Amino acid sequence: MAVISTSGLARTFTTRRGPVEAVRGVDLRVGAGEILGFLGPNGAGKTTTLRMLTTLLAPTGGAATVAGHDLVTDPAGVRRAVGYVAQSGGVDPNVSVREELVTQGRLYRLTRTQAADRAEELAADLGLTDLLDRRTAALSGGQRRRLDIALGLTHRPRVLFLDEPTTGLDPGSRADLWDLVRRLRDEHGTTVFLTTHYLDEADALADRIVVVDKGVVAADGTPSALKLAHGGSIDATLQETFLAITGRGPAPVDTTPVAV
Amino acid sequence: MRTLTTDTLLIFGRYARQTLSSKFQILFGILMPLLYLLFFGPLLTDLPLSAAGSSWQVLVPGLLLQLGLFGASFAGFSVILEKNNGVVERMRVTPVSRLALLLGRVLRDTALFLFQAVLLVLAALAMGLRAPLAGILIGFGFVALLTVSLASLSYALALRVATPQEFGPVVNAVAMPSMLLSGLMLPMALAPGWLDVLSHVMPVRYLVDAMRDAYVGEYATAHMLYGSLVALAFAALAVTVGTRVFRRAGA
Repeated sequence: MAVISTSGLARTFTTRRGPVEAVRGVDLRVGAGEILGFLGPNGAGKTTTLRMLTTLLAPTGGAATVAGHDLVTDPAGVRRAVGYVAQSGGVDPNVSVREELVTQGRLYRLTRTQAADRAEELAADLGLTDLLDRRTAALSGGQRRRLDIALGLTHRPRVLFLDEPTTGLDPGSRADLWDLVRRLRDEHGTTVFLTTHYLDEADALADRIVVVDKGVVAADGTPSALKLAHGGSIDATLQETFLAITGRGPAPVDTTPVAV
Repeated sequence: MRTLTTDTLLIFGRYARQTLSSKFQILFGILMPLLYLLFFGPLLTDLPLSAAGSSWQVLVPGLLLQLGLFGASFAGFSVILEKNNGVVERMRVTPVSRLALLLGRVLRDTALFLFQAVLLVLAALAMGLRAPLAGILIGFGFVALLTVSLASLSYALALRVATPQEFGPVVNAVAMPSMLLSGLMLPMALAPGWLDVLSHVMPVRYLVDAMRDAYVGEYATAHMLYGSLVALAFAALAVTVGTRVFRRAGA
């Protein structure tokens, strides 16, 4: 059963220099409990697609349902069902961790007590308990990221959208985040839709990979299927596969880590 | 309706706490009108500005509206910072009412500028202002409505521009002529005909005329009627514009 399904989803921005087709028609189906890696070169339309699927940006074409709610006619239903962690996060540096968590709970219409309890629970889950009364400006990059994700999980969403969740994290924090994403799926059946530029991350984490390029889906399949079809062999790296799909530059000859 | 009230109070609470933690923010806005009161007000005491009352009854309503005019039109600054931190988007992904995202902030601004207005009136009383209590209270009502209007428009503008560098000059370019053309410092009765006519384009002109009537105890005047109508219509229009922008922001 598809939790996310889009057909011809498109967004054209009107600029002074004429229309810019950021997303030209994306067709997607994401099953319940799936971890989907959403890849693509810079400017391919990843973030725009994500912003449409989370109701931040109205599509200019096509249709989509998320968790059974139509994106255009029932954005409120979509908002109740999804969590979104933006690239830049979204916490106020002058506010304490606890205040952000409690406010977020209240924004999702929890009562004061429920929101306070949920804040404690999320903090315990994400290792933020000792930091609850610290200002968010005083958190490390990894701690900040965990807070961003805690905010996105406040209402136990059925679908979690993560936009480049591990950018700027050290290897230890990245591994912790991967564990967290797997745990969410295994324990709560959460569907996770994540964009990333780290191909090892997509390889390790995603059940399925969708590559977008120039605003359309260029490839869609499991990591091994894509390697076989586009990289030439199941032993191809995802890097070679990715470059073959998007036609950006030659494949590298060595196998240095794609990103650290 | 109940969720709108709860959401608005929630947003109001968040920003009110931030304001309360900064004495600078609480008091800074009052500085400019207070300087006018101290160093400009005494120049007017012997001038025949009004048949009905003292020069203070003419000047203080203008200074109170000046407080609202400059304070509220710059309210949007905070939203630019929040937008760049991603806070605005994070809130817009939740089911919270879009109108509440605006009203909660506007309510905080209104509370802040009313508080500053009270301080300013207290200082004016010490300088020699004498006015009926009812008139002073009506004046606070006009300050509140002006704050609601300008803060809403300021937030709407702030969501549309990318940087504080674009925002500041635009607001200044609107606020300065609004102040001069509304006769906030000196009544437009002193103006030549063309300036008086031009000033009627400014909504604040109607508010200050009404407030000056209130400060001399005249409540059933044409000025009061037009002032109230303009203030209410301006507020309704501004909140509508603000909500529309909050609903579709980010594009």
